[in-house]
Amino acid sequence: MEGSVAELRETFKSGRTRSVAWRKNQLKALLDLVNENEESIFKALHQDLGKDPVESYRDEVGVIQKSVSYSLSCLDKWVAPKKGELPLLFFPAKGQVLPEPLGVVLIFSSWNFPITLTLDPLIGAISAGNTVLLKPSELAPASLSFLIETIPLYLDNKAIKVIGGGADVGERLLKLKWDKIFFTGSPRVGRLVMTAAARYLTPVTLELGGKCPAIMDALSSPSKTKVAAKRIVGGKWGPCTGQACIAIDYLLVEDKIASTLIELLKKTIKRFYGENIKDLKSISRIVNKHQLQRLHNFLKDPHVAASVVYGGSVNEEKLVIEPTILLDPPLDSEIMTEEIFGPLLPIITLKNIEESIEFINSKPNPLVIYAFTEDETFKKRILSETSSGAVTFNDSMVQFLSDTLPFGGVGQSGFGRYHGKYSFDTFSHEKAVMHRAFFPELEPRYPPWNDFKLRFLKLAYRFDYFGIILLLIGLKRS
Amino acid sequence: MTIVSAAAAAALFKDCTRCFKFSSIVGVGLGGTLTYRHTYKINRVHFSGSIPSSYYCCATLSITMEEVKPTFDVDKAAVLVNEMRKTFSSGKTKSYEWRMSQLESISKMIDEKEKEIIEALHKDLSKPELEAFLSEVETSMATYPSSAEIVSEPLGVVLVISTWNFPFLLSLDPVIGAIAAGNAVVLKPSEIAPATSSLLTKLLGEYVDESAIRVVEGAVRETSALLEQKWDKIFFTGGARVGRIVMAAAAKHLTPVTLELGGKCPAVVDSNVNLQVTAKRIIAGKWACNNGQACIGVDYIITTKEFAQKLIDSLRSVLEEFFGKDPMESKDLSRIVNSFQFMRLVNLLDEDKVSDKIVFGGQRDESQLQIAPTILLDVPEDSLIMQEEIFGPLLPIMTVEKLEDSLDMINRKPKPLAAYLFSDDEQIKSKFVQNISAGGIAINDTVLQLTVSGLPFGGVGESGMGSYHGEFSFDAFSHKKAVLYRSFAGDAPTRYPPYTPGKQKQMKALVSGNIFNIILALLGWFRD
Repeated sequence: MEGSVAELRETFKSGRTRSVAWRKNQLKALLDLVNENEESIFKALHQDLGKDPVESYRDEVGVIQKSVSYSLSCLDKWVAPKKGELPLLFFPAKGQVLPEPLGVVLIFSSWNFPITLTLDPLIGAISAGNTVLLKPSELAPASLSFLIETIPLYLDNKAIKVIGGGADVGERLLKLKWDKIFFTGSPRVGRLVMTAAARYLTPVTLELGGKCPAIMDALSSPSKTKVAAKRIVGGKWGPCTGQACIAIDYLLVEDKIASTLIELLKKTIKRFYGENIKDLKSISRIVNKHQLQRLHNFLKDPHVAASVVYGGSVNEEKLVIEPTILLDPPLDSEIMTEEIFGPLLPIITLKNIEESIEFINSKPNPLVIYAFTEDETFKKRILSETSSGAVTFNDSMVQFLSDTLPFGGVGQSGFGRYHGKYSFDTFSHEKAVMHRAFFPELEPRYPPWNDFKLRFLKLAYRFDYFGIILLLIGLKRS
Repeated sequence: MTIVSAAAAAALFKDCTRCFKFSSIVGVGLGGTLTYRHTYKINRVHFSGSIPSSYYCCATLSITMEEVKPTFDVDKAAVLVNEMRKTFSSGKTKSYEWRMSQLESISKMIDEKEKEIIEALHKDLSKPELEAFLSEVETSMATYPSSAEIVSEPLGVVLVISTWNFPFLLSLDPVIGAIAAGNAVVLKPSEIAPATSSLLTKLLGEYVDESAIRVVEGAVRETSALLEQKWDKIFFTGGARVGRIVMAAAAKHLTPVTLELGGKCPAVVDSNVNLQVTAKRIIAGKWACNNGQACIGVDYIITTKEFAQKLIDSLRSVLEEFFGKDPMESKDLSRIVNSFQFMRLVNLLDEDKVSDKIVFGGQRDESQLQIAPTILLDVPEDSLIMQEEIFGPLLPIMTVEKLEDSLDMINRKPKPLAAYLFSDDEQIKSKFVQNISAGGIAINDTVLQLTVSGLPFGGVGESGMGSYHGEFSFDAFSHKKAVLYRSFAGDAPTRYPPYTPGKQKQMKALVSGNIFNIILALLGWFRD
């Protein structure tokens, strides 16, 4: 392992990864990798998570294709130095901000979107000119094997490597010095990563999770409500049957419209996925026994079990839990205090939908808040009175697809961000460069100090050029 | 100034393995820290005989010398943070009016109390945009129809830990950024600059809203108590050693940090420069800059073997011009901040194979805590003075055969906060800018990049993470929230199960963003 990392460092030192041509080649190769191996990826994802090819395309293959293409088209612009404004006082001078790669970076990814969460940050790391070690999760073993076998066939082996293994490998990796660590996963492990990074003063980006709420307000027409219901169902069970950091965790709705909504949700679930647990289609399964038991345990709490209004069946052998809706489980139950990360949707009823703001604020900042509402005032209140990584109005999940919106958390949901140019930035150091000429010289910069120089500097810092002129010709008084 | 018995002081050194003979124990202290030092002499064996040399062992004892104040401990810190959080939750700090009023108060404070600000450095007061920073953002076909914006919001309750060398600047500059971004702030100034620390406490108490902006004074214990709390952001200026401690403490609460650290900032000098101006600017960036005690001060110089003597001569003459014939008497040189730092610097100078490389200066006066501007030529690269950040008035000059070799020397060391090049050669400039990784680079000048609010100020690698100044300060203390507005129209069935191969085709078309593909897909496969 240390040998691989040493090789990555040597490669970086050689300067090869800094050339824009190299970066573009690697990105093109990555695009080829995904294009030419779609079927293998579908197969691996189906094996690991039971994902339907359409879901796999939408959430993994397509995302990477889109991100690579976008980065390729923008790379020249991103690597160009940006002009920095310099005050007239320094004339003639030139200021620039120059992005440069950080060096050797480590990317940890999670098991729920094993292709996207590995390759999407990789795109940023390559665009920025770094060498990379990828550590995908061992809990999605087919995807891990796919990556280990396929990446060396397409990408520069000495600059981009993949390593398998479990927590022990992760621990060993964290003992080494990196120039950047990018981590997607749980807050618990996020803490360990950041603590390890502190030893070497390594900057980190942590993409964590949280309980992402969806607020459902009364809408002006039944057709809109139907659309909202579809988007809620799509935003809960669509992404990996709820095992997603930006999946809807729980729903807040006014008690007046709760039952109508629930009926609508039930209908939509049946239409999308099937009527009972034996015939579920177009939906992923739970990744492994450990996660299944964790989710099953939520339902074992008798008060929680009593609140189930739809679904609730568990097939331990097939690792399936059917889409389940709960109505007003106790607020102190685990299902309402922990991130669910599964196909259970608690619905909490409120007297007034505005109470949802307080409710959300009583929990740690989530990665995203979804709000289905047409009330502009309410939207503004949500924006200014809550804090979350992102806010999406009247839809779910889609903010993930945007190349122009930063994707990242705040508070317990993490810090740092990526996607689009933010990926490039997160793996870059923006170096400030100032070019100066030898003339003219500003004598008041230099000692010996005296009152005149003090007055000059005061005016200079206020950019009071006129005052400076007066001072110089002896007309300005203190 | 000994307040501990001689026996107790001797006890500080009882485990020291170098103590062959005690000759004297002296306590020198400033602001609550007493440093005990004993001198011992040993004979160093040299091929031509033995040479007596003096060495010092130091031990530092922190003693509170003020009257017994109620101690600031973890519980008090928790209470403070709670208060700040309540204030923040009330929404007060988010209002534009509040932010402007606080910044104006600070501005007034500095204007009115200028006389009282003995060690104030002139600083940038440009006010950043305070309106919630809204920017229209393009959205791609994949999220059509929609519009998006990025909204800046304050992070919440932030901790600013500052340092002693520019105690006003490095305290208020980040605090201003935090306020501008709408946060509640707790400031922990450095105890090593005690006059400034208490002045800041007094003045901020008089001028700003104490329910949202507070100062906590103290040393290691108080800082540790603060670091145990949960903050929404920690902004730290100081050394790498403490930087690591801060980041590890932040990790427990997943608190994002900005670390402004230091490093050995090199200045490479080419032979084709205007020597007079170069010398002036180097000196301005070394001795006229807190007597070398600055994170972006020139730490060491690299030049060619041929040019070295010319450079040294020029430096000497300009030094005399600036500080007079006897710089130890000059009022324009800052002193060394305390005896601990003084002795650290003296140790660097007195190291074997280093002390004989002094070509200028070397005088020191412990009672004045002053060391004369000192230039050394070609000390060994593995000497302490070339391994540690100097942070003082000692300037080693390293010579190389050709100037390009300087790049390797710099890259062998950890990345510094700043790197300087004096040259007229465009190729060298370009090579330098491309190949030297540092927080920031200045060509043909020193230090000034700090004052430009249009350039981000921050480190990389060992010199830190994050940046600030100008708009970057505002960003450092903000969370940029992505907001996507979608409408109910344009809901493509493609998104929803049951999934079919047709939907897959549609999906591909949508994701590719190619308008023709999308039209074809919709025409050919539009089915529910």
